[in-house]
Amino acid sequence: MYLTKEEEQILNGEAGETLRQAIEILVALGDIYGADRLIPIKSAQIAGVSYKTIGDAGLEWISDLQGKVKVPAILNPAGMDLEDWERLRISPDFAEKQKLIIQAYEKLGIHCECTCTPYTLEGFDVSYGDHLAWSESSAVSYANSVIGARTNREGGPSALSAALLGKTANYGFHLDENRVPEVSIDVGCSLQKSDYGALGYVAGKLVGSRVPIYHLKDIPEADELKALGAAMAASGAVALYHVDGVTPEARRLDFEEPAEKITIDRSQLEEVYESRKKVGKEPELITIGCPHCSAAELKKAAELLKGKTVSKEFWVFTSRELAKHYPEYIRIIEKSGAKVVCDTCMVVSPATNSYSCVMVNSGKAFAYVPGMCGAEAVYGDMEACVEEAVGRTAKKEGGSH
Amino acid sequence: MVPIKLKGRTISRGCAEGEVLLSGDPISFLGSVDPKTGIVVEEKHALVGKSIKGKVLIFPHGKGSTVGSYVMYQLKKNGAAPAAIINLETEPIVAVGAIISEIPLVDMLERNPYEVLKNGDLVLVNGSEGYIELIKQGTGKIEKQ
Repeated sequence: MYLTKEEEQILNGEAGETLRQAIEILVALGDIYGADRLIPIKSAQIAGVSYKTIGDAGLEWISDLQGKVKVPAILNPAGMDLEDWERLRISPDFAEKQKLIIQAYEKLGIHCECTCTPYTLEGFDVSYGDHLAWSESSAVSYANSVIGARTNREGGPSALSAALLGKTANYGFHLDENRVPEVSIDVGCSLQKSDYGALGYVAGKLVGSRVPIYHLKDIPEADELKALGAAMAASGAVALYHVDGVTPEARRLDFEEPAEKITIDRSQLEEVYESRKKVGKEPELITIGCPHCSAAELKKAAELLKGKTVSKEFWVFTSRELAKHYPEYIRIIEKSGAKVVCDTCMVVSPATNSYSCVMVNSGKAFAYVPGMCGAEAVYGDMEACVEEAVGRTAKKEGGSH
Repeated sequence: MVPIKLKGRTISRGCAEGEVLLSGDPISFLGSVDPKTGIVVEEKHALVGKSIKGKVLIFPHGKGSTVGSYVMYQLKKNGAAPAAIINLETEPIVAVGAIISEIPLVDMLERNPYEVLKNGDLVLVNGSEGYIELIKQGTGKIEKQ
């Protein structure tokens, strides 16, 4: 791999130990994946934040680093709401460790907004063709697919190294030839609402880590694409997808139709919705906001919950910035008894582990909750989640009581 | 003894020597290895019950969670890390873990290390210059913990 004179000096330790290690990581990854050089990045989004996932090992490493990031950098969701962690009954020991992790990142000049939807944040603009070093798999998918920016699915240390250097190795999804669709997915039915998450859940298992191009009957909205990509990145390892006539590269570039074709129909999506029958349990906890709710999703949740009272635990996850921008939605949602929780999510917070059955409207959460939280997952759209929380079944089955 | 020196690819710099410990199985540092002691705890793993501490650990490649990189760092801080690593072909989790833990790592040797090296051989791994060298042949047995 070609290095500039300045980069060689950093690799030889002339800019200190932290940067030497950072560039050594980028060079090693570049060599493994055949990169020709390092390229500048616009921003970094760093995974490895929740104490639940990185533990003492990660905390120790991050705490030992020195220096400041060279490009805007933010964090993945943490294991708790950083301002109000007691509400979800996080243990004081966990909270203490989690705070130390955040402080260690802050010391490196990282903006400690913890979200999987960095593309909604002000001052964290990302545009078509931008090179990035992002970690969180749904954010990577959204940046690559819906925005047309370019990022590999970085691990925590490599994204942090990229942030400290302002560069990443030029391989994988930074290169045109790796962004071409490899498999075509024809969806034989019309889609709405959480169908996109269910589709992603089904497709991710079939596609693995390849780049698919979808042919859809409908034109999905941004939040629907967010749900589709998040689910594919969780049930599979899809970091980039295209939707014919919809996503920017599919519209701008004249992709050839791949030879391999997959058809997905309604019955395969129905299997995801039938999770409830299969599980045979009542959800004890209902969660939405995986990935973090957008402004439109907060608005919708507020409309659905307005004037109602939830009888089950109901958590709504979003970024702190959006929660601050839309206090009215938050007020309406919380008046129902639901909790709006920032900086974290149902997957990476230990709070979810104390429930045995969780209802979600996200294909990604549906894929991760059983393994990461030890709970059964039940799938439904946001309307069904709200109905579950306010006690639809109690009224229907239990009559007048 | 014919001196054996094999060229490979630099992944993690630095230079260290130790006794060879061969694993036919891939290693996930998260879950497979106790970060306090360096003892392999994964049931059915080729090295279960054995310690990787201070060894020149040879395994095909990593597997499993990306948190494995941090576990390698924890092993190092606990004084239980391998002295050096040789892989057939390194993947990013182990590459990153070795670099942050300052464990020399060379992969893609010009000859298959499983054919050339035995357990207990004393081997030098030079990650900075990208080679390994057999210093002294061992017995082929692994000492008991």
